[in-house]
Amino acid sequence: MTEQATRQVLQGNEAIVEGALAAGCRFFAGYPITPASEIAELMSLRLPAAGGTFIQMEDEIASMGAVIGASLAGVKSLTATSGPGFSLMQENLGYACVAEVPCVVVNVMRAGPSTGLPTSPAQGDVMQARWGTHGDHPIIVLSVSTVSDCFDITVHAFNLSEKYRVPVIILSDEVVSHTREAVFLPAPEKIEVVERIRPSVPPEWYIPYEDNSRGVPAMAVLGDGYRHHVTGLIHDNKGFPTDRPEEVNAFQRRQFRKITNGFYEIQMTKSFMMEDAEVAVIAYGSVSRSALHAIKAAREKGVKAGLLQLITLFPFPKRNVDPVLRQCRAVLVPEMNMGQISREVKRVNLSSKVVTINRVDGQFITPTEIYNKLLSM
Amino acid sequence: MPEKVERLRHDYLRHDKKFPHVWCPGCGNGIVLGALIRAIDSLKLEKDELVLASGIGCAGRMPVYVDFNTLHTTHGRALTFATGIKLANPSLNVLTVMGDGDATAIGGNHFIHAARRNLDLTAIIINNQIYGMTGGQYSPTTPYGSKAATAAYGHIEHAFSIAELAVTAGASFVARGTVYHVPLLDKLIAQGISKKGFSVIEIISNCHIQYGRRNKMGDPVTMMQGFKDRAVTVEKAATLSAEELHDRITIGVLTDVDKPNYTEELQKIRDIAKDKS
Repeated sequence: MTEQATRQVLQGNEAIVEGALAAGCRFFAGYPITPASEIAELMSLRLPAAGGTFIQMEDEIASMGAVIGASLAGVKSLTATSGPGFSLMQENLGYACVAEVPCVVVNVMRAGPSTGLPTSPAQGDVMQARWGTHGDHPIIVLSVSTVSDCFDITVHAFNLSEKYRVPVIILSDEVVSHTREAVFLPAPEKIEVVERIRPSVPPEWYIPYEDNSRGVPAMAVLGDGYRHHVTGLIHDNKGFPTDRPEEVNAFQRRQFRKITNGFYEIQMTKSFMMEDAEVAVIAYGSVSRSALHAIKAAREKGVKAGLLQLITLFPFPKRNVDPVLRQCRAVLVPEMNMGQISREVKRVNLSSKVVTINRVDGQFITPTEIYNKLLSM
Repeated sequence: MPEKVERLRHDYLRHDKKFPHVWCPGCGNGIVLGALIRAIDSLKLEKDELVLASGIGCAGRMPVYVDFNTLHTTHGRALTFATGIKLANPSLNVLTVMGDGDATAIGGNHFIHAARRNLDLTAIIINNQIYGMTGGQYSPTTPYGSKAATAAYGHIEHAFSIAELAVTAGASFVARGTVYHVPLLDKLIAQGISKKGFSVIEIISNCHIQYGRRNKMGDPVTMMQGFKDRAVTVEKAATLSAEELHDRITIGVLTDVDKPNYTEELQKIRDIAKDKS
């Protein structure tokens, strides 16, 4: 990845913009909110030069609507926000799920609920990212912990979104998004960019929501001759509203099947010093930065500690978490919330002791806190 | 004439969509759909280049019946989706159809900002002064003193004038018609679609089921007769006092001005940005 790469010092939010542009994003709609505003500001500077469109909408509801509209018209689209704005986006996020419109939403988490603690770091929106919009629905949620991640994971997010026709949420947090560090951005030709599958049949044969082995129908673009209907109502394979139980059931189950089918590709984690680990930290976002320091310090004290960093939060990467739980006598899940991912870890755990650190005072979890806990486990 | 109706029906309605439609017998929505189709036919627009987006409510069900690129979006948000579509592909003709509650209550913020922004979109707003689909609750255009499912003792709020609101918010083209004045309606919709810039066509319509019945306004024909009796042209209205205009419906083109178009302005920005980078 580093050969022919360019070294730059970037802020997390800036790297998200670079990742989005590299992935082919050419539309951004958003509304100002700290700590996400730098993404909008940089997009307003960069997109016009790339022939793309930046628009500041009247609120986050409108931003999400515009993002979906642009994607339906064939342009890869992004919005970025923080907690209060993310709450407003939930309605149209559900529309993107049910109409299967690819799009990427960045939520730079700050401490909530409500206006909360602007703009101290937190990880309180994990479950909202998974379940925030109403109704049963599949969605992909990814997290970032370094500036380098911000670039790579944003590219991944667009690729997964296009491939599975599903909104992808990137959870950053105030620490990651405002950290500046050196990154190597890969040369454009080294970046894998995925495009949605377009229909190959003649327009009169096109069935917009026809099932296939992947469970992901080919997607026509508004204006390309494949006239069809797009709706937030549950629809039959032609896209027309239906309440026939067999059609509704087939629709709902395909939504989940398409994500389950891609599980091995979608679930992403990184392991650090896990080979011989007896105790492990499972962390994500900025907290995994502290965790990496802590396990190194613990090893100097003779404690065989390792780290599993979660990149994919949902679908929960249980196939990667499970071996860690089997291998280690105890697992520590530090989070800047009262225990949102630790609940998921406990849900898949059969054999290990799961310990948590929960910090909700708007302060970052330090390496020392994790280190001290590891020594006591 | 019957041949023309047959041709329009064949050319513009979806063959694979099962009718009947969801609207009550006598509803004005069908008249609006007819006017919209005739307007589009008169402009000879390509169906592939037409997008019709709606929100939620009775009016929101219109797109599913027509053979364009169609969207049935979330409540009040049709203009936000339309904004994204138009910006992503300015060669498309993007139309929205909304109800009064859809466009000016839950979607009120989007409506005024779309007008201010002046993107080349056409907003058709069917104003029947009530929430019909949900059972007759009062909307932002329900008249003071009217009865509604949520105003059993008479409505104590004052109504928006949608067309005047659009003028004030900065729309390039604003017109008002009714479902009684159908030839005028065809013309106003065609003018709105042709206009480069944000166009609003407010259409006064009858909901005899949820609004008329509660307020003893009679059957659809009687309600339409009321639109005829109350209508006054923009030109005539200019000569009348506010008192004389009370309870009248001003019909015709309220504003038609040329302003810088959003997509052209955007292209200028792109050219500047490319030169600098």
